[in-house]
Amino acid sequence: MNERRMNERRKKDRGRGNYTRLTHPLVRDSRDEPFRRATWEEALDRAARGIERNRGAFGMFSCARATNEMNYVAQKFARVVMGTNNVDSCNRTCHAPSVAGLSAAFGSGGGTSSYEEIEHTDVIVMWGSNARFAHPIFFQHVLKGIHNGARMYALDPRRTSTAEWAESWLGLNVGTDIPMAHAIGREIIHAGLANEAFIARATTGFEEYKALVEPWTLSLAEKVTGVPAAAIRQVAHAYARAERAQLCWTLGITEHHNGTDNVRALINLSLLTGHVGRYGSGLQPLRGQNNVQGGGDMGAIPNRLPGFQDILDPGTRAKFESAWDTVIQPHYGLNLTEMFEAMEDGDVRAVYCIGENPAQSEADSEQAVRRLGQLDFLVVQDIFLTRTAELADVVLPATAGWAETEGTTTNSERRVQRVRRAVTPPGEAREDIDIICDLAGRLGHDWKYADAEAVWNELRSVSPDHHGMTYRRLEEHQGIQWPCPSTDGLEPPYLHSRLWEDDPGRRGTPAPFGIVQHDPPVDLTDERYPIRLTTGRRLDSYNTGVQSGGFASPLRRGEFVEISPEDAERYGVVVGERVQVTSRRGSVVAPVWVDTALRPGLAFMTMHFPDEVDTNRLTIEANCPIAGTAEFKASAIRIDKLPVATIVR
Amino acid sequence: MDLHFGDSKPTDDERAAVDALLGPPESSWEGADRDEMGAADLRWARGGRAARDRRDLLLPGLHALNDRIGWISEGALDYLCRRLTVPPAEAYGVATFYALFSVRPRPATVLHVCTDLACAAAGAGGLCAGIEGRLGPGSGVSVQRSPCLGLCERAPAALAVKAGDPVRTAVSAPATVEEAVLAASAPDSAPGEPPAAMAVPQAGDPSLTLLRRVGVVDPASLDDYRAHGGYTALRRAFELGPAGVIREVTDSGLVGRGGAAFPTGRKWQATASQPEHPHYLVCNADESEPGTFKDRVLMEGDPYALVEAMTIAGYATGAHRGYLYLRGEYPRALRRLEHAIAQARARGFLGDDVLGQGYAFDIEIRRGAGAYICGEETALFNSIEGYRGEPRSKPPFPVEKGLFGKPTVENNVETLVNVLPILTMGAPAYAAVGTARSTGPKLYCVSGSVDRPGVYELPFGATLGELLQLAGVRDGLRAVLLGGAAGGFVRADEMDIPLTFEGTREAGTTLGSGVVLAFDGTVPLPRLLLRIAEFFRDESCGQCVPCRVGTVRQEEALHRIAERTGAAAADDIALLREVGRAMRDASICGLGQTAWNAVESAIDRLGAYA
Repeated sequence: MNERRMNERRKKDRGRGNYTRLTHPLVRDSRDEPFRRATWEEALDRAARGIERNRGAFGMFSCARATNEMNYVAQKFARVVMGTNNVDSCNRTCHAPSVAGLSAAFGSGGGTSSYEEIEHTDVIVMWGSNARFAHPIFFQHVLKGIHNGARMYALDPRRTSTAEWAESWLGLNVGTDIPMAHAIGREIIHAGLANEAFIARATTGFEEYKALVEPWTLSLAEKVTGVPAAAIRQVAHAYARAERAQLCWTLGITEHHNGTDNVRALINLSLLTGHVGRYGSGLQPLRGQNNVQGGGDMGAIPNRLPGFQDILDPGTRAKFESAWDTVIQPHYGLNLTEMFEAMEDGDVRAVYCIGENPAQSEADSEQAVRRLGQLDFLVVQDIFLTRTAELADVVLPATAGWAETEGTTTNSERRVQRVRRAVTPPGEAREDIDIICDLAGRLGHDWKYADAEAVWNELRSVSPDHHGMTYRRLEEHQGIQWPCPSTDGLEPPYLHSRLWEDDPGRRGTPAPFGIVQHDPPVDLTDERYPIRLTTGRRLDSYNTGVQSGGFASPLRRGEFVEISPEDAERYGVVVGERVQVTSRRGSVVAPVWVDTALRPGLAFMTMHFPDEVDTNRLTIEANCPIAGTAEFKASAIRIDKLPVATIVR
Repeated sequence: MDLHFGDSKPTDDERAAVDALLGPPESSWEGADRDEMGAADLRWARGGRAARDRRDLLLPGLHALNDRIGWISEGALDYLCRRLTVPPAEAYGVATFYALFSVRPRPATVLHVCTDLACAAAGAGGLCAGIEGRLGPGSGVSVQRSPCLGLCERAPAALAVKAGDPVRTAVSAPATVEEAVLAASAPDSAPGEPPAAMAVPQAGDPSLTLLRRVGVVDPASLDDYRAHGGYTALRRAFELGPAGVIREVTDSGLVGRGGAAFPTGRKWQATASQPEHPHYLVCNADESEPGTFKDRVLMEGDPYALVEAMTIAGYATGAHRGYLYLRGEYPRALRRLEHAIAQARARGFLGDDVLGQGYAFDIEIRRGAGAYICGEETALFNSIEGYRGEPRSKPPFPVEKGLFGKPTVENNVETLVNVLPILTMGAPAYAAVGTARSTGPKLYCVSGSVDRPGVYELPFGATLGELLQLAGVRDGLRAVLLGGAAGGFVRADEMDIPLTFEGTREAGTTLGSGVVLAFDGTVPLPRLLLRIAEFFRDESCGQCVPCRVGTVRQEEALHRIAERTGAAAADDIALLREVGRAMRDASICGLGQTAWNAVESAIDRLGAYA
């Protein structure tokens, strides 16, 4: 075996996830040096100094896999110790548009239904979601629903294994979700299937919406989306005529440069038909990380305080200022995407990154690595030496959210559940909250939490939605969904029943239709980059593979660029053949896989094996202006047989 | 379960066989050639419930392939699975469950030579050896030793199946090497089977009730059936109404003739009263108990009687659809019933408006494919639904959750046919036949060491001796097997046993499905027992441990003691008893529970291995 292949093998082992646990702090004086082992004392001192000297240019990356309690303390660290709202997590790269879209329509950013309801609904629409792979537990509930007689419709550029369970699969063009939604809306209106009573009582802006969708005839939609008009009509009628219907989406909707608009376009359909705020009818953004919902709920986002309370509301600020004895900046902080941009300008110079791996999860990952490299100071707190940690000045070994930590997490149906410590963390690894508190102490804030429950009780005192959830009740009910304002009763499992109230006072603010326009993907296909690349997940791998790569799976086959049989023939490539995949931003070499779920001109890759094939070198950092999520789902690429005749880049 | 397909493609023939059943595919997602469909096809796939609800067409699809090609290739299976949205791994499990299918290449013609009890006693061993000598590799015929083909009255028997379009079959019975080879090599020119009436030595006897039309009417003619009293029972049923029919059947004392002797009226009442709909009627014509052939004779000789009886049962229990699950080894019964059902449909005796009474009922035939276990009612449901024919745990019972999870009444052919005289004679007159606790006439399948083997009809209560005398029992009778492989042996000196359910029970044996197999001394008892043990081992579905392991242990032990007696066999007999008890106590279904019966009776009653 020659040197090059040895190297490749090493990279491959690494790509397959041979990460070992961090068991002691690591520090270094400059980024050129290797890490050396340090005591906790030294590492924390260094971290405190590095953060302190960048006061005013600080950003906090919190962790969507860690507990609510940790996220609460992390955002409090940013706001109280560092006086900034620059706190965010990888929710930005996935479901921030869902939160933004849902809160614009309903004033609250959670999915409106419970898992259980999908088992008792009549029609399920899975839009931009391969839940069979990406949300296998949720899909068990979907399957129960299907078994109980529900009809499922799948809208996805690929015919995924989710789509195989559908009554009807619509293979739309990538980035044409708004034309599809508008055409469905128009068809519902023209067929007389709109729920006029609900529209009149619970919504605003219908006339404007009606005018907005009017041009989107079925035949125009067929031209733009590529889906036969009859298929669109069928879905429109099925959704509108259902007595109960669930509209579910995942990253196929959100990971676009106009992700929030996409979400609004989908929400419009629920407003049009009254499929929200009732048992069995609702909207479900399927979230990925076990606590990505909770992280946002805890305020680990730049625009909300714990309990999803708006920072711009002076009353809310006053409450937190007195509770925390601090002054809260009366404006939104930078989100994850903006913080990365601010690194470029030097407006963010120190980052405290807990349990995130943005060096590999951000779109245009080369750019992300370069920006992290420009920081004056980076402290990473994690359980593994991730690619991001490799760029740090100080690395702090933490406990795993699972099995090593007490606390709670919140799932996609807003259910807060207890997690418990079952094993002792390895080596010198310490609990996130203790580490943050030690750092806060070094920076002049003497926080004392006896345990996770003490943190939780502090959160309960400031968040009405969580007030009723004591640890004892969480245990008793096996998890409780927010809102839960009272320690006595439980609220219905779905949100926004107020919209159905007779009394206008109790009905509250009506939900506005979102007036959003179609805007095709930024990265256009052309002669040089003729293929549309979309990205997604596989069943047996998790995000960048740090957490799943260490476990064997018979299904895992590494990273491939998946193309249609027709394209394989056109480019004269066969399964397993390595090809160069190039976008306007970069290029990678990947083996070919042929998948009949794809059509000519459509390719698919995942982000699971970044050390093997760094897919995010290809993706585009075209961000949603509202939520900041990048357009992972639509890049233009070219496929070249190896060896490539001309030098690329 | 998700769908994982391989790369194998079907041949044009295989595709045509499946398409003939299901119609041509609408889209490449259903298996149409991707290149031939337009670009729009890659944008819209339909399926879902409509596709998954056709899972029950899996078994007919496998038959279609096996009939046309002779075996089921990976590409063919894949294609069928795409059409039906069935995971190929599951379909493979189904295809390999049945003896009549092969997932490995084999010649187009398969000759099934029966080596079961009656045929073994009639020299099947020599016949088989002779045939295998003539039809070796390269002959274009695959010779398979088969369990009972249900042709015991004409033992030894062979059945040739030649794949093609259409599939051709030929029966040779009683078979000689010469005739069997001819049937296999040229099924079309093989001599036809004798009429069904030849299997009824009493044919034409006016005192017969169930068999009175066999040999008297033309089995192809609906009009002839009506000229001989056909469809008077259905008319009577409409007069009585569903509840009235059930009352008559209950009052008649009719109990199931399949072996379990459950009161038919109670079963019907339980199904009819279920609030969940639809209700289904299933006729169990998967007559596979070695030595049994009465249902075949009824279906071949008087097919309209079954159609009429099923219509009445459906009417009484609120079912609008009846499934006739027919043994795969009965080609003539299949043809007769297909014809009879088509005729009945054409003449308004089946369909949306039966007899103009506003009642809708139709019958669909589903062919078994060589699995004894599918005679078990819940295994039969699974088989129809397109799953492996493995029995379900009970409860829930079929009357509550049966076929497709719906309330289902399931009766065998003989039971159903009894309903006709109940309605025409009236319950009291019917109940007067037989004994107080076993009412009505009963059919017996007599074969083996008798001069006139065949189906006999006697009122319940006749003795074993009377029946055997009627059949002309030969000298040197050594033992009689009652109830088939799942039944028990009695001695030649036990001729006084009354043939009733209670009478046989008191005598410590069983009537079972009416098998009466007479053995003289020519075949050694240990060999018969081994054949029975081999049968159960082969037919055990493998789902539950006691049966899967027990039937193997039983056969092994019987092998060891085949030539031994007395103390030399004592250890293994003790083992057999222990294994037998475990199977009887702990098996899910009747197969395992009865797999030790015959061996036990041979040891205890006949003194085998003593």
